[in-house]
Amino acid sequence: MSIVQTPITKRMTFGESGLLIVFSFFAFFAVVVAAKAHTSAYAFHAFVFAAASVAAVFAIGNRYMDRDAILPPQTIDGKPNYNMGPVKVGTLLAVFWGIAGFLVGVIIALQLAFPLLNFDLPWTSFGRLRPLHTSAVIFAFGGNVLIATSFYVVQRTSQARLAGDLAPWFVIWGYNLFIVIAGTGYLLGITQGKEYAEPEWYSDLFLTIVWVTYFLVFLVTVLKRKEPHIYVANWFYFAFILTIAVLHLGNNATIPVSVFSPKSYILWSGVQDAMVQWWYGHNAVGFFLTAGFLALMYYFIPKRANRPVYSYRLSIVHFWALIFLYIWAGPHHLHYTALPDWAQTLGMTFSIMLWMPSWGGMINGLMTLSGAWDKLRTDPVIRMMVVSVAFYGMSTFEGPLMSVKAVNSLSHYTEWGIGHVHSGALGWVAYISFGAIYCLVPWLWNKREMYSMKAINWHFWISTLGIVLYICSMWVAGILQGLMWRAYTSLGFLEYSFIETVEAMHPLYVIRALGGILFLIGALIMAWNVIMTIRSPETVAETTGAALAPAE
Amino acid sequence: MRDIYMFFASFAQTWGLMLFFLGFVGVIVYAFWPSKKMQKNCDEAAQIPLKED
Repeated sequence: MSIVQTPITKRMTFGESGLLIVFSFFAFFAVVVAAKAHTSAYAFHAFVFAAASVAAVFAIGNRYMDRDAILPPQTIDGKPNYNMGPVKVGTLLAVFWGIAGFLVGVIIALQLAFPLLNFDLPWTSFGRLRPLHTSAVIFAFGGNVLIATSFYVVQRTSQARLAGDLAPWFVIWGYNLFIVIAGTGYLLGITQGKEYAEPEWYSDLFLTIVWVTYFLVFLVTVLKRKEPHIYVANWFYFAFILTIAVLHLGNNATIPVSVFSPKSYILWSGVQDAMVQWWYGHNAVGFFLTAGFLALMYYFIPKRANRPVYSYRLSIVHFWALIFLYIWAGPHHLHYTALPDWAQTLGMTFSIMLWMPSWGGMINGLMTLSGAWDKLRTDPVIRMMVVSVAFYGMSTFEGPLMSVKAVNSLSHYTEWGIGHVHSGALGWVAYISFGAIYCLVPWLWNKREMYSMKAINWHFWISTLGIVLYICSMWVAGILQGLMWRAYTSLGFLEYSFIETVEAMHPLYVIRALGGILFLIGALIMAWNVIMTIRSPETVAETTGAALAPAE
Repeated sequence: MRDIYMFFASFAQTWGLMLFFLGFVGVIVYAFWPSKKMQKNCDEAAQIPLKED
């Protein structure tokens, strides 16, 4: 890079001036909507959008005032000039939302055990807090982990700076604004009543804009790559981003009553709507909670263990088999309903075939450590990620089993489903995320290692105990519930009234809440460790690159 | 409406299934084809996360 002698006049980029105009206009528009809104909750959301737009105008303006005349270069001394700012923010937001989501989970677990804790208020009732919990853990915690890690991994594996100047920031902050709108909406009673797709039309539209931007940032970064190959983790991120976009559009094809009303109606009706919902719902599991986090597995485990993935060829089969099979598995959520029998059987068959890529992927992740199994003992971060892959194998074994119609007739609508989801969510998704956070924080803030390895150990053991309590109690509860519901007397009457089955659940609900509390404590230890790592004065000189060295 | 439904349902249950199966076989053949070039590409790609810069 040559040193510029003559001063360059600072100009706004097209993006900066364009976004200033768009956000200014949108702030005005949102205030008009707030004034004419049909409900006060919707008016509140319009004001949130207005406030966010004004904040965006100030942020873009201030950033322009503070920045140099020329934008940051793509490379410095021939090395890629990575843009890690959005990754840092996403990582911290993931930690924050994780704790918020786990906390709400503990609250609703306690509500089920002690209904008094609903406080007889609409805003704190189980029905409203439950989607707050699911969205907070899946979309807020998981989503921020995915966005942050994808921005990190795509840069490192492409040897290229993240595409866009304002775009990555818009993705991070826009996505988190969507989370706030969605979450406050549930508490105020705004929902379209679709599981994992509760946000109403205006939040959905906003998320679409954010998501398309996310896709473009990711795509253009890959296109700019210096590497001839697109590393397998990026394939999984691509599948995740693209499929979630398609699912989101398909399941939210709604027509709003009015631009001033939060209420909308979906195009699909009856069983078709149910089918679209579970096509969406199951692929949210397949592509958000599986494909996205498999990308983490394929990057962070090899990187941390300092060994290439066990079989790159197997990872290709893993990828294509996973995406082609998952998309058909949704109907297993609708066994014994009005959905045609052949479609139910198809869903079941494809679910069973999913054993193949799931276990292939699990073996690939675990065998990456072959010849270095001692790291399981010495590195708690590796241990966390390996246990997460084991949980991936276990819950993807359990899932197809539960999709078999005969098993489903016992397990469906019972706590077994909740247990299954949490063995995947706590064991697989959260653990691989914790592992990635423990890797990322020292790398991003130029520290040699996390502040306390002992604390990681404590986190691991406390939350593992929590998971075991959680899933075991839910297995027992689910099977107990299923058997009590189908028990008949010799005269052909149902043996138990519904309330008797609820009473029988009580001790198991208490154990489950205890498991959740332990898991939350583990996450709090992680948050403390993250803060202490960032605040610790010791830094690794960037030139040595030692910050990126894996743990021994 | 029923005709359209029957058409898609019967296609999915016969040729659709065959197409998927052939696609799967194709992926296996592609991924495990014992060529030196494929092995080289895979080995190179597998090293990407371990590079320092």
